Amino acid sequence: MSSRAWPRLFRTTAFKLTAIFLAVFTVFAAFLIGYIARNTSDILKSQMADAVDAELQSIELQYDRGGAAWLVRVVELRSAQPGASLYFVTDPAGDRIAGNVETVPASILNESVDAPKIVSYTSRDEKGSQPHSALVRVFEFPDGVRVLVGRDVSEREALVGLVRRSLMLTAALMVALGLIAWTFVSRRVLKRIDSIAETSNRFVAGDLSGRLEVTGTGDEFDRLAESLNAMLTRIERLMLGLKQVSDNIAHDLKTPLTRMRNRVERALTTGHSEPDYREALHATIDEADQLIRTFNALLLIARAEAGSPDTEFDTFDAADVARDVVDLYEPVAEEAGVALRFEECAPVMAHAHRELVSQALANLVDNAVKYAGEGSGTPEVVIGVSEKDGAVEFRVADNGAGIAEADRGRVTERFVRLEESRSKPGAGLGLSLVSAVAQLHGGELQLCDNAPGLAAILRLPGAAQQGAA
Amino acid sequence: MRILVIEDDRETASYLVKAMGEAGHVADSAFDGEEGLERAKAEDYDVLVIDRMLPKRDGLSVISELRGAGNRTPVLILSALGQVDDRVTGLRAGGDDYLPKPYAFSELLARVEVLGRRSAPKEAETVYRVADLELDRLARKVKRGGEPIMLQPREFRLLEYLMKNAGTVVTRTMLLEKVWDYHFDPQTNVIDVHMSRLRAKIDKGFERPLLHTVRGSGYVMREDV
Repeated sequence: MSSRAWPRLFRTTAFKLTAIFLAVFTVFAAFLIGYIARNTSDILKSQMADAVDAELQSIELQYDRGGAAWLVRVVELRSAQPGASLYFVTDPAGDRIAGNVETVPASILNESVDAPKIVSYTSRDEKGSQPHSALVRVFEFPDGVRVLVGRDVSEREALVGLVRRSLMLTAALMVALGLIAWTFVSRRVLKRIDSIAETSNRFVAGDLSGRLEVTGTGDEFDRLAESLNAMLTRIERLMLGLKQVSDNIAHDLKTPLTRMRNRVERALTTGHSEPDYREALHATIDEADQLIRTFNALLLIARAEAGSPDTEFDTFDAADVARDVVDLYEPVAEEAGVALRFEECAPVMAHAHRELVSQALANLVDNAVKYAGEGSGTPEVVIGVSEKDGAVEFRVADNGAGIAEADRGRVTERFVRLEESRSKPGAGLGLSLVSAVAQLHGGELQLCDNAPGLAAILRLPGAAQQGAA
Repeated sequence: MRILVIEDDRETASYLVKAMGEAGHVADSAFDGEEGLERAKAEDYDVLVIDRMLPKRDGLSVISELRGAGNRTPVLILSALGQVDDRVTGLRAGGDDYLPKPYAFSELLARVEVLGRRSAPKEAETVYRVADLELDRLARKVKRGGEPIMLQPREFRLLEYLMKNAGTVVTRTMLLEKVWDYHFDPQTNVIDVHMSRLRAKIDKGFERPLLHTVRGSGYVMREDV
């Protein structure tokens, strides 16, 4: 780990989270252990108190049987046994006459305590040593002899010590584990974030092909990487689109502009009469109109590709839209000697930008009518609408010459026109727009072989799928 | 027709004023939103031509202000924003028609003239007549010289729109918008084919044609001059 990485490690979310969890668990563990210790200690204390009470009662019995002398003998006997209770017997003057306890605070003997009390005492066996603590009760007999019975509480203190030690051990263990977890998490997480940052920086610097690593574990980072990758792909496509537009403008708009300029120039230098000028001006206006049309189409494609808010989307009958377009093109087809046919069908609901879909369909029909005549049979264009797997499918099929399979991918690019002679009118933007419209809706444009001819299939999400679009 | 042009580009504005004058109208101009609003409120115009992007006060807010004050003068919005969604916004703000830049003057003039005619109570008429051509909007029947003519539903709507605006030039784009409700430009000139079909039905075999093509603009329905 580099020296620079350390302070950064402390600023990480992983560190903060680890610290918070550590604190929470420490408090929790302390509470738990403390609670258990306290209860255990209380139980022990009450057991001791019971033992002391029982002992005192038996001492009283002995006293009743044989008086003070007998009591002293019994006490001496019991004191000698291993694990004995504590005994301290005094005469009415307060002087010690029997017992295994050397000294006790004098005050305790002067008050006859009913409840057990904790006092410090020194044992007879180990004179001069530290005083111990004991739980005691004192009883005064009618003749002034007093007896103190007690139990040493060192057992309880040992328990308290045990609890303290285990608490400290647990805390230390938790800190250690927390540190390990934190280092592991933050290093692992930081590494992946670093890789994301690095890829984004490379992307910003202009390497549009860079993508984030997906480890395949399906964790949050993978999901993040996947969505970011989808975003990067979209950005790349938009950037390429933009570049393509500017390239196209350079190529395909400059040419007609040059032509227009030449025409005006020639009219100025060689025109002699008003009709000459008029003719040149009319041609110029026509050319300008064509340019505007091309320009509008380019803008529309760019806009459709960039995506439009779905607020402009409607739910409508796709068959209706197709019927209207067929109605619009029917006279044109008839004039061109093409049989234009709409396959009637039940309503198929679509959720889309109605205007753009109409325009896309018009472009497909326009193309089909234009190229149907190039085939060998009687030119025919059939338009159908159907619902397939919840998607709406517009099918425009002609029986013309079709498009060679190798060219099908290319024709949707801007300004691509397959016939080199460019004998038919058009700017080569029709299919680009259809493809852009399909993309805008999350659908697709498919060009298939109609054997003979071309079948263009525009697939859009149906009304039921509007949420997914 | 009295027309107010609110357009910040002075050259465009003066060109429009001059060209409208040549077309037989009286046009004034204003160069920013505030001035335009003042004049539109103070004087009685037949049509307002308002650029969408104006200094001081933008075109859409001028329109909302006028509509809020109860002024119902027809408005044609001019805009560099020509997408479908922009047009919808413009019309929602209270505009009556929307023309994206760059436009042909003939297109602008045709639209202004159609808007200006709105004041005439054509909407209420149930039968339109041009010379001996008669269109009954309720019975959906067309007769010329007393002879019934059979029209497809779309042809009927086309003729209905042309006759409603008889005497005024209507452009191909206007026909597409009003009759088909399409706001895009079909690559092939489909309108011309529809018009020649319609012409074959209503003019063929009659001495005086009623449906005329205006070069560079569109079509007009009128008795021959």
